[in-house]
Amino acid sequence: MTLGLINANPVVHAKKERVARTEDPHGDDAVDPLDIYDILLLLLFFLLSVLSEESITVDEKLGRILITFTPTIQHCSMATVIGLCLRVKLKHCFPPHYKVDIKVSPGSHANEESVNKQLNDKERVAAALENPNLRQLVDECLYSSEL
Amino acid sequence: MEFYEGACELKLLQTLEGHTDRVWSLAWNPATGTADTPLVFASCSGDKTVRIWEQNPSPSSSSSSSSSSYSSWNCKAVLEDTHTRTVRSCSWSPSGKSLAVASFDATTSIWENVGGDFECVSTLEGHENEVKSVSWNASGSLLATCGRDKSVWIWEVQPGNEYECVSVLQGHTQDVKMVMWHPTLDVLFSCSYDNTVKVWADDDDDWQCVQTLGEPNNGHSSTVWALSFNKTGDKMVTCSDDLTLKIWEMDGTSMQSADGYASWRHLCTITGYHDRTIFSVHWSSEGIIASGAADDAIRFFVEDKDVLVDGPSYKLLLKEEKAHGMDINSVQWSPGEKRLLASASDDGTVKIWELASLCTGNGY
Repeated sequence: MTLGLINANPVVHAKKERVARTEDPHGDDAVDPLDIYDILLLLLFFLLSVLSEESITVDEKLGRILITFTPTIQHCSMATVIGLCLRVKLKHCFPPHYKVDIKVSPGSHANEESVNKQLNDKERVAAALENPNLRQLVDECLYSSEL
Repeated sequence: MEFYEGACELKLLQTLEGHTDRVWSLAWNPATGTADTPLVFASCSGDKTVRIWEQNPSPSSSSSSSSSSYSSWNCKAVLEDTHTRTVRSCSWSPSGKSLAVASFDATTSIWENVGGDFECVSTLEGHENEVKSVSWNASGSLLATCGRDKSVWIWEVQPGNEYECVSVLQGHTQDVKMVMWHPTLDVLFSCSYDNTVKVWADDDDDWQCVQTLGEPNNGHSSTVWALSFNKTGDKMVTCSDDLTLKIWEMDGTSMQSADGYASWRHLCTITGYHDRTIFSVHWSSEGIIASGAADDAIRFFVEDKDVLVDGPSYKLLLKEEKAHGMDINSVQWSPGEKRLLASASDDGTVKIWELASLCTGNGY
């Protein structure tokens, strides 16, 4: 299945100046938002400004991560697929006890609530990833983003 | 309240490993846990298998110091090579002779213990996509299934391992997460991603939705993941992604109505105790409600008899944080006399716990 371009002429945003990373005092289990950003920059190139550093919130004490992404158009039909791609790629990035929530950034999508509900229903996510057609689509998205 | 919490302890008896993916649910064989029959339960996993676990017969020692002389658990059988996707849940028939298994591959398999080996004796097809839950009625004559195709199916058990679909119930507007028969009446309950609980009853073999418990009835505001009845079946507890448990009771007065069906009403909401999705809830025969949630904790609630309010209220008896290393998907009290609880988790393990008997439930 080939991926047609849904938004062929997205607006390209200037990349924010990166702040130098400080020494990590927390040890092995700490999750540095900037590490995640590195990964996401690479694999989500084609989404263009869908993510920024502000999109990633890490609560180390509770072991929670919130990722918000901004589809480039309000009625993006790929929103749930993008969310799935994020889950797949991030699955092995964190220690297993971390809880990852993925949402569209507030106001960025016409069906924000229903997209968020689906993306955070782990049973729906698990079943989707067992569906060969959907899995292939996700794999293609991720492959095409790795230059 | 301090007295209760100080007098209760949850002891971890054993951690059972074996599954190679998350464990979604488990079900105790209701015909086990007697003097002659060691406890047995089945666990279902994303690894596409069901594992059958049995407790070793307890040592016949009269000098055992505690009321629960502990015996270890072994994996007795692995039911594999049948389902091609996640096995999501299972249910034993009341006789304990059959095990129904629901899978994301859209089928439900029926297994029987034939001379020590489990054999798949039937496969039920019909759902359009993932089957999420299966439940036997009290007499073992009916089976219900539900799934992401928003439907609830009722099957009649016939001789020779034949299962005939007698009804396909539409009504939920979204994915149906769980079905459960009432413990004594042939009334079916389902709960869904559409935030409601539906009650289904038959009028001369014509099955219909006789009640919907939604937000207008003080219902949940997000996906309802599970429900459980108290021992006598006059109360029910539901758990949800909205972070609450809700207690419902059967309205006794309308049992005299013409259609013979009693309606359910909201009794109280247990709120403020969970901060992530509650996936499972189970009401013990003594009245202790156990919940398993996405924050890796198991919680126990009992009726609070000390509080003077209109109608019952519930209090937290005990909270076991980090009961597992990841989300807890299922908690189930065992049959029999001991206060044993099994929990299943995304961490791939099942844990067996004992709620130490210093505290008493508010038994029904």
